[in-house]
Amino acid sequence: MLDLSAKSPENAAEMSEYNFAYLDEQTKRMIRRAILKGLAIPGYQVPFASREMPMPYGWGTGGVQVSAATLTPEDTLKVIDQGADDTTNAVSIRKFFEKTAGVATTEETSDASLIQTRHRIPETELSEDQILVYQVPIPEPLRFLEPSEVETRKMHSLEEYGLMHVKLYEDIAKHGAIATAYAYPVKVEGRYVMDPSPIPKFDNPKMEMAAIQLFGAGREQRIYALPPYTKVVSLDFDDYPFEASKADHACDMCGAEESYLDEVIMDDAGNRMFVCSDTDYCAGRRAAGHVGAQAVADREIGQ
Amino acid sequence: MNADALKGGFANAPVGAAHGFRAAMNAMARPGKIEVVAGAVPPAPMSAAAGVLLLTLCDPETPVYLAGAHDCEAVRQWIAFHVGAPLIRPERAVFALGTWDALAPLDQFAIGTAEYPDRSATVIVEQLELVAEGAVLRGPGIKDTARLGLPDVSVFQRNAMMFPLGLDFFFTAKDRLVALPRTTKVEAG
Ligand SMILES: [Zn+2]
Repeated sequence: MLDLSAKSPENAAEMSEYNFAYLDEQTKRMIRRAILKGLAIPGYQVPFASREMPMPYGWGTGGVQVSAATLTPEDTLKVIDQGADDTTNAVSIRKFFEKTAGVATTEETSDASLIQTRHRIPETELSEDQILVYQVPIPEPLRFLEPSEVETRKMHSLEEYGLMHVKLYEDIAKHGAIATAYAYPVKVEGRYVMDPSPIPKFDNPKMEMAAIQLFGAGREQRIYALPPYTKVVSLDFDDYPFEASKADHACDMCGAEESYLDEVIMDDAGNRMFVCSDTDYCAGRRAAGHVGAQAVADREIGQ
Repeated sequence: MNADALKGGFANAPVGAAHGFRAAMNAMARPGKIEVVAGAVPPAPMSAAAGVLLLTLCDPETPVYLAGAHDCEAVRQWIAFHVGAPLIRPERAVFALGTWDALAPLDQFAIGTAEYPDRSATVIVEQLELVAEGAVLRGPGIKDTARLGLPDVSVFQRNAMMFPLGLDFFFTAKDRLVALPRTTKVEAG
């Protein structure tokens, strides 16, 4: 419930206006202050008072609140869910902002001024004029080592990251390699260890980019940020350097060899194909005439 | 209350604040990059840019310290009406506003704590102009280097040394603003 009695005359007046991008002005100011402190202290998790949103947690309420506080009416919004623009989650968030903020939307990465993402960084390199907002389920990279918030906060303040390295090294002892494939922890500007959200580790090197990156965790009530060109290093060891791995395959639709691929099961016989997880990237390549193995096979059957 | 205090807020608060925040965020994310803002007409000696920052970021939850000539009746009334922020002494300020000389000494402002470095003041320094030459800036948000005319160099070097604690600065002049967060490493140009 909003307490109008605590507000200044201006704020009370605002409440009778429509709320641009759903949230009231006082909430947006609180989120905006958290974003600025996040940018000033890259990789540090700023607490904020997360609001109820008209969608359940797990649907990206943290990312939605960050986007709501950041959007202007002139923005063009793109929303992706694991690289795809057409999932239920991505479509409903896009519709939400079309309705509440009146912004234009797009599926083309290069046309978007603000991109909200769940679990991927677009393949197309982002520019200085773009903002990437991540939906984050668990912002605390040390949480699986230490359940107490009091303790993890202390560990960050003391730069006590030894346990994290021990865990990664145990992976190597057990599996011969670091098993962590998603949400692979990074160190920001040589100071804070940060959870990059559950993007594949293939995407980690892209985080040193020209765009502004903002991270919102709704249930956990944390916002963090990376200014452009911030130094982001995936944790590793001299004898086991970090590797941004992907399936050793080309996209069966567009033939791309450098993009992150999803493995898709095609029929009951267990036939499978590899397809770009970034649907806009794949469609753009196909429109430009690139052809993958499956597309070639389809064409031959058609002949 | 003076009738002038009722004027000079955003004509459309949600849209004015959205634009104001985009400029403030771009500035904080790209130290040294000068942004142009619009929509606020605060009383002298407050600049339009400082007015936009206060309208966009401050409210009853953010105590503001007014330094020197900015601590005048016209500014106090304008803030009371348009922002609703309580005015407070420097040590408790979330935002501080004034000229460089009036804001001194800077160590009176909160620099955050080891566990909550975000609990630090944001200092808005009013200047006659902003100049993209002078001190050399390096750090997050800056591809190679940026340049910015600063009222001092050693103060910002000491501030950066305290990272992750420290103050974050906006510099404002007329309708322009630029930021210098604690992460920026400053060298005399
Ligand atoms: Zn493809």
